[in-house]
Amino acid sequence: MPSAALTPHDGATSVLDAHDVGRIVDRMAHQIIERTAKADPGFVLLGVPTRGVPLARRLAARIAAFDGPAVPVGSLDTTLYRDDLRLRGVRPLAETVEPPGGITDRLVILVDDVLFSGRTIRAALDAIRDLGRPRAVQLAVLVDRGHRQLPIRADYVGKNLPTSVGQTVRVVLAETDGADAVFIDDKVGAR
Amino acid sequence: MSARARHLLSAGDLDRTGAVEILDTAERLDHALAGREVKKLPPLRGRTVVNLFYEDSTRTRTSFELAAKRLSADVVNFSAKGSSVSKGESLKDTALTLEAMGADAVVIRHSYSGAAHRLAEWVHGSVINAGDGTHEHPTQALLDAFTMRRRLRGGEGDLAGLRVAIVGDVLHSRVARSNVLLLATLGAQVILVAPPTLLPVGVDAWPAATSFDLDSALPGSDVVMMLRVQRERMSAGYFPSAREYARRYGLDARRMAMLGDDAIVMHPGPMNRGMEIAAEVADDPKRSTIVEQVTNGVSVRMAVLYLLLGGADE
Repeated sequence: MPSAALTPHDGATSVLDAHDVGRIVDRMAHQIIERTAKADPGFVLLGVPTRGVPLARRLAARIAAFDGPAVPVGSLDTTLYRDDLRLRGVRPLAETVEPPGGITDRLVILVDDVLFSGRTIRAALDAIRDLGRPRAVQLAVLVDRGHRQLPIRADYVGKNLPTSVGQTVRVVLAETDGADAVFIDDKVGAR
Repeated sequence: MSARARHLLSAGDLDRTGAVEILDTAERLDHALAGREVKKLPPLRGRTVVNLFYEDSTRTRTSFELAAKRLSADVVNFSAKGSSVSKGESLKDTALTLEAMGADAVVIRHSYSGAAHRLAEWVHGSVINAGDGTHEHPTQALLDAFTMRRRLRGGEGDLAGLRVAIVGDVLHSRVARSNVLLLATLGAQVILVAPPTLLPVGVDAWPAATSFDLDSALPGSDVVMMLRVQRERMSAGYFPSAREYARRYGLDARRMAMLGDDAIVMHPGPMNRGMEIAAEVADDPKRSTIVEQVTNGVSVRMAVLYLLLGGADE
């Protein structure tokens, strides 16, 4: 079902198409195998809803396809841990699913679509603390658009995208939106 | 409910979207806490919830207290016994006093129908009706719907087409009224089964069918909800004897055998074992959801508190 998110409206520029997204995910899967899977085969992928979860599943599938280990995938909703919960109306919650075997004493790789202020990842770190005590936490993002407000950086970056603060970066994925693409909106978008 | 609503006073105030939102939120909160060592989430840090209970209650008060604490709210428990109420303080003065101390939400249980609505006119915070007289008990209806949806609809969507029999003391039951309103909103078909003396005047206007015969209602029901016979509210004889009531309207093993394979038996508690429900039915591991209902009550009340208090103040 094609959704409204797919149509680039006024002021939107397509920066990555489906082919680019596929290639980037493949590269990130290779990087994870090289840097992490060999040294630490018991790691897990934890997607941040909404689009971090299908990304985590894709990474796990590509890692397996490239002869890497079978990686458990979970999802981690950060809504209840956000520091701006009181600044807007109440938000709907997304699903939290612990990966099979849990996260305690394992390496956790958080997966999200866009890294911006870093506040979602801070919330995710707090949420992880309530789930268990991982051995270490790393971060994989499809797009890093800069403008961090917290001392947070990603270990795996699909694409560095220079933006101005007023722009909106939209990642759409086949699982959630019908097709893969990344747009930059000049006007303040739905997010 | 959602961002616009400030109170939860009646199950009838919820539309389908709002009701499903509460049930979905409850599922997610339940999953978020399942299997965790630290059963606590942070969204209501710094908020204060007052449990204002003018009537005895074990499960509802404890359930609200646990729900608020699991969302990191501060909880003040207030019961009429041993408070200024016994010195003659009115509901309004008590409420204003509690609000002056900074309550963000008041959970009220009162023996007068309409008490929660009155309270909502006086205080600025959120009011949650935890049972007012013989009128309503919306969070009980929500936890019942949550239990039905989880058992019979895979924990998703609404209850379209579900056939629910609500049996017993409908006249004095706020649980029945709230359930009828909410179940109708969620698309279920409700039949009220009771002796004529225990059906309220005007029941014809409720979105439910009625029957005096339990045996004929059972085979077609997916859910049988037994109501407690509320003797504390009965001043006259509504039925000849407890034994006769149990024989006509009690759920025993013989009647349970008339139910379909997947049908469940519910009871809001506290039970009169041997009166409206036989012990062997109440303890049936496959059909009885009575203990589950209590567990689900905490998740559903967490959802209500989160949706009312979790966002920005207006």
